[in-house]
Amino acid sequence: MISRKASLVLVGPALALMATLFLLPLGYSLIWAFREEEADRWGLGNFAKAWEFYSADILFSLVIVTLSTVLIGIFSIAIAGYLTLGRIPWAVALLRWLYRWPLFIPFVVAAQVMRTFLAKNGMMNNALVELGLLTPFQTASFLDWRGIVITFVWKQTPFVTLLVAGAMASLDRSMIEAAQNLGARRGRILFGIVVPQVAQTLMVGLILSYVTMMSVLSVPMMINAQQPTMLTVDMAWRINAYGDYGVANALGFIAYLMTACVTWVYLRKELRERGAHAR
Amino acid sequence: MTSLLRSGLVGLALALLASAIFGPISNILLWAFTEQWYFPAKLPQAFGFSFWERVFRPQGNAFASLLNSVVIAMMTVAVSLAIAIPAGLALGRGRLPLRVLFLLVFLLPQAFPSLAVHMNIARIFYTLGLNGTFLGVVLVHALQGMVFSVWIAAAAFAAVDPQLEEAASNMGATPFTVFRTVTLPLALPGVMASAIFVFLISLDEFTGTYFVGVPDITTMPLLLFTAAMEGNYQIASITALLLLVPSIGFMLVIERFLKADVLAKVGH
Repeated sequence: MISRKASLVLVGPALALMATLFLLPLGYSLIWAFREEEADRWGLGNFAKAWEFYSADILFSLVIVTLSTVLIGIFSIAIAGYLTLGRIPWAVALLRWLYRWPLFIPFVVAAQVMRTFLAKNGMMNNALVELGLLTPFQTASFLDWRGIVITFVWKQTPFVTLLVAGAMASLDRSMIEAAQNLGARRGRILFGIVVPQVAQTLMVGLILSYVTMMSVLSVPMMINAQQPTMLTVDMAWRINAYGDYGVANALGFIAYLMTACVTWVYLRKELRERGAHAR
Repeated sequence: MTSLLRSGLVGLALALLASAIFGPISNILLWAFTEQWYFPAKLPQAFGFSFWERVFRPQGNAFASLLNSVVIAMMTVAVSLAIAIPAGLALGRGRLPLRVLFLLVFLLPQAFPSLAVHMNIARIFYTLGLNGTFLGVVLVHALQGMVFSVWIAAAAFAAVDPQLEEAASNMGATPFTVFRTVTLPLALPGVMASAIFVFLISLDEFTGTYFVGVPDITTMPLLLFTAAMEGNYQIASITALLLLVPSIGFMLVIERFLKADVLAKVGH
């Protein structure tokens, strides 16, 4: 066992790095959001400007990220559920091997992959035309909000599924088997028994994905070249084109708020449930 | 009969999923080896390696960013391990007051949209002259990998059986000898996993490099981004492919490094 003092010394450099590279810039971003550099004063001017120029983008980001999170949740429950309750051994084994492929693929690569795949003359439309499902005149480009959602779901579903499937695998099987013996259908077992027990893991995975998607710059830049776009693109634009850290940080502040809402809802629910258990 | 029908439906669903996953990936493979591909051809008109030659030409920009990526990733691993091994030892083995709070501090960057933090790091680095330097980029990458390196290292050290260490120190080994000959070798697979994780995070990192690396440091993700925005699909696809290989390789071997006993202790 290492003494308390030695432990603090050992963890010191890591904490110092976190303080200077994360807490300090985070603090600056919160402060600079309220600094109007041109007028040389403090106030809400940056937020007014941010809302005036980018309110559509704020809404767009919220809708895209929320929709993606919901879809990721649905797909990960479906995949993890089949891995847990599936009755055909070869299908379960194949699915287990299959679903993980995009797990560690970086967003910038996923964006490039989807950029060529979903384009009007991309592989997806070509394949659909070859199969006779579409005529060449019906093909459309998916490189808009749909492309962003597809890329996010493609990239993040394996991550959440991995967490959820792990949690499902460590469940006590006896309750599932009892329900099966009583003749319950698998859908009921999944949503009545399995999902409630892994809800916490699912929520953590979805919140982490939500925050991650809120901070991705490459995907909206590479896939959606039109307006409205996501907040990350606006932030980069404010800085690169105008050197305007005030409005960029105000947008960052709004992004923090959007993620804070989600984590807050989750934390409150957690605290309430733990409080109820304690009583 | 119904079971046959069910197998068929399951097979169909799996086939759809497989094409959703492998379709886009195979598309990148096609583009990487394409010489000529004009609308309305369904497949490339000519295949070849001329763009590969362009990427790997030693004096070219592409090769420089490839080299940058590898050097930065190795430096990031060195910095991360130098910081995460002691921290992991303290968190996994030490007596820290408010241990959970310490663990949570390292999770914080994951709870905030990182782009807003990155642009302010860049602004601070600018005044320090760290923008466009290897050190600046390595520090930003190390921050990104911090939660993984520290948490996995802590879990790896926590999974080492204390009785083995006691046996060694009972036989007269100094604390450092115990660490060097017993604790570290037993925790090594977990530490290796965290090193690979950090290497991959650094290799793939885009946003931080986008803000801090300018104007001098281009890594593979930035090269990919620039090539894609310029409409150079071949260079973009070759870079994407080069980044894809380690990602998929890691996905396939991760379970060998991250054993269940370590995994169960992550974040606890």
